[in-house]
Amino acid sequence: MTETNHTQVVIIGGGVVGCAIFRRLAMAGLKPVLLEAGRDILSGASKANSALLHTGFDAPHGSLELACMQQGYREYLGIREKLNLPLVKSGAVVVAWNEEELAKLDGILAKAHDNNVTDTARVDRDALRRLEPLLSPKALGAVHVPGEHIIDPWSAPLAYVHQGIAHGGIVLRDCKVESGRFDGIWHLHTAQGVVTADLVINAAGNQGDIIEAINRPAPFKITPRKGQFVVFDKSAARLLKAIILPVPTERTKGIVICRTAFGNVLVGPTAEDQEDRIHAEVEQAALRNLVARGAEMLPGLAGIDVTAIYAGLRPATQFKDYQVTAQPDRRWITVAGIRSTGLTGALGIAQHVAGLYATSFGKLTEAEPIWTPMPNLCEENARPYQGPLPTEIVCHCELVTRAEIEDALGGILPAGDVGGLKRRTRAMMGRCQGFYCSAQVMAIAGDTITP
Amino acid sequence: MKTHDVIILGAGPAGLSAAAELKRLGVSDVVIIDRETTGGGIPRHCGHTGYGLLQFGRLMTGPDFAKRLVDRVSDLDLRLGHTALKLEPNGRLQISGRHGPETLQAQKVLLAMGARETPRSARLISGTRPWGVMTTGTLQQYAYLHGKAPFQRPLIIGSELVAFSALLTLGHVGLKAVAMIEERPRITAARPGDWVARIGFGVPVLTGCSDLHILGQDRVEGLSFQRRGVTRTLECDGIIFTGQFRPETALLTQSHLELDPGTHGPVIDQLYRCTDASYFAGGNLLRGIETAGQCYREGKSAAHAIHAALSDKLAPPTSPIRIEAAGALSYVYPQRLTGRGPYDPLLFKARASVATTGRLRVLADGREIWSRPINVLPERRIAWRVPAVDLTGVHHLTVDLQPRK
Repeated sequence: MTETNHTQVVIIGGGVVGCAIFRRLAMAGLKPVLLEAGRDILSGASKANSALLHTGFDAPHGSLELACMQQGYREYLGIREKLNLPLVKSGAVVVAWNEEELAKLDGILAKAHDNNVTDTARVDRDALRRLEPLLSPKALGAVHVPGEHIIDPWSAPLAYVHQGIAHGGIVLRDCKVESGRFDGIWHLHTAQGVVTADLVINAAGNQGDIIEAINRPAPFKITPRKGQFVVFDKSAARLLKAIILPVPTERTKGIVICRTAFGNVLVGPTAEDQEDRIHAEVEQAALRNLVARGAEMLPGLAGIDVTAIYAGLRPATQFKDYQVTAQPDRRWITVAGIRSTGLTGALGIAQHVAGLYATSFGKLTEAEPIWTPMPNLCEENARPYQGPLPTEIVCHCELVTRAEIEDALGGILPAGDVGGLKRRTRAMMGRCQGFYCSAQVMAIAGDTITP
Repeated sequence: MKTHDVIILGAGPAGLSAAAELKRLGVSDVVIIDRETTGGGIPRHCGHTGYGLLQFGRLMTGPDFAKRLVDRVSDLDLRLGHTALKLEPNGRLQISGRHGPETLQAQKVLLAMGARETPRSARLISGTRPWGVMTTGTLQQYAYLHGKAPFQRPLIIGSELVAFSALLTLGHVGLKAVAMIEERPRITAARPGDWVARIGFGVPVLTGCSDLHILGQDRVEGLSFQRRGVTRTLECDGIIFTGQFRPETALLTQSHLELDPGTHGPVIDQLYRCTDASYFAGGNLLRGIETAGQCYREGKSAAHAIHAALSDKLAPPTSPIRIEAAGALSYVYPQRLTGRGPYDPLLFKARASVATTGRLRVLADGREIWSRPINVLPERRIAWRVPAVDLTGVHHLTVDLQPRK
């Protein structure tokens, strides 16, 4: 890029939040440019989360987080069919495992009702057994939240970006922002040259305070909170229906057990603060603990193979709530501290940011949406291998066809690296982790992606 | 819908040897299904020698062995590029492939889907998750099927026989491993494997390693581990996890067939028959890894049982007697005896979880009916025959390995 490349608005960060803002502003008639430091979007905090669509039943009352989650939840339900995004209507149960936790359930219920999640209800031990018969009998009771659902954590933000591109937005990957200067407009020095913009939106996730420092002394500090997860084989999916949530503590929502949209079972996350913003290491002891905790709560998990392990970093700040502000004189919008609720909140945050834009920077229009439906990766809906056409299945564990892999290597936003290809297709993400197919997948990819 | 005599799932050594044997026995309506686009199974991508001596009278490479197995059944219905999606009761199968989805029906089905290595994730290994971590099978496919080296200086984890296959495979693409890392106090493969690695390949073998930790961001940069109380780091750009083979049971876990948590394979009787009598199983699906030659023999034996079943000469699977592993054994199979007996000499196969010197015994409802002294290492096959015995009224057989006191 050269200095002549000028744009109305630059969004720094291609995580789920940046993608949703990109979509919203593109649909509102701006031509946003999304700058992503990684080789593909979703390569930071958004690559690893628990893939849940939350009602906000336990979010702090009156918070921006709650407002954005509930807006995001509604919008997701409104657009998901047009974008062909899955929704596994699992519901959730917040389970008490001891008397102390049992005593907290009424408070959780009251908060849910305060937060207008009115179908939330207390269930006693017997009713919980009817809901989840294979849960350990040590469970004493629960709060049932029917509106908590499971979604595909990568197809959703990819769909947002695709729609934004269809509306005229531009995505630049491998485009880390190094520094910037403001003289009425922003001059951003990136890995691909200088980009100028009338407005910058900082959605840099775990790098949020570093990017913020380009504009001002950051009023918050990001301390990445690491969450490790264990994914069990698909044979575990028959063990449960609902998302099993623990009674939360001050610090974390605790360890969740849930199915995934892809038909596996997920146990995690842990919660460990660290300074490193990029490396998220898994640790055998923590993973063993997750496996043991999982089997304690859901005894049928014992002996079921682990398919995958991963760790993600949630961009936590010293504040509980999201840090979203506009600085009109500096032509800058800050969107930071979006922790584990970002997947749910993203569309709502985007609406909020559009509101800030309209208030401070100018009128937005509303174009007729162009819909960019995603290929379905969810087990509940028909996948290409089940279709009437002859197929060549390449990834045998996740039943991914050659055509799906080829599509992900092209199209609106081709996979930028191996991780991006995995997120778009699920190839190599199954129980053999590439034993059978990775050499062939890489041969199909040829020179289009580098490991 | 046509009912085939036999459908074989898996065109590896076990499936293809069963097919050839069925043909020899006069069963011609045999359909062989494999999801890969070439037949032969794992030997397809083991480009080094070590195959065929007992089966075809000469030493050959894996691909030559695979081709020989395929060629022998060229007049049978071999359907490559077809994936089985579902096993249904009484020999009904859902398949997807070049003709789109279809349902197939057979009188008898032989399950011979083989085994695969345990990947890094299922071993819960610490560290980052960079590109360049793979299993031997994947490395072999890169090297022998695609002629590529995915890295330059890899480390090998594990010292089962397959780890030596990894050494040979690396040699094929002109590479040498940085080291061979083993968590056990001695190598798992037979001695002098460690000497072979050290002197033949110039690769140091480090046993007794623990706390493996993978380093690197986008690509592997190294491995750190504990050895003799010291933390060491070895630089490398790839890590090959070898061995710890597991039966490829994705289809079985979703089916009506019973699985054995010990072998992780299907529960079979002395006639290779699963808990639905229209299904038989053989080869590495039964327990993880054995040599291709073992799988070949099992395929042949299973073919004889299937042939007998097709002509109603096989006793129905009534009143099964459970067989359980005890003591230092991690598993034993067959897992049940069916029919009324008297039984032919019974062939048992087992593995020990730890090195044990002691006594192997077979107990019928607690009463010893056979025993012998034994000295075994972990991950080595133990196989023995128990002479025909009268088991009338017996409910349980226990196979027990106790260390000598």
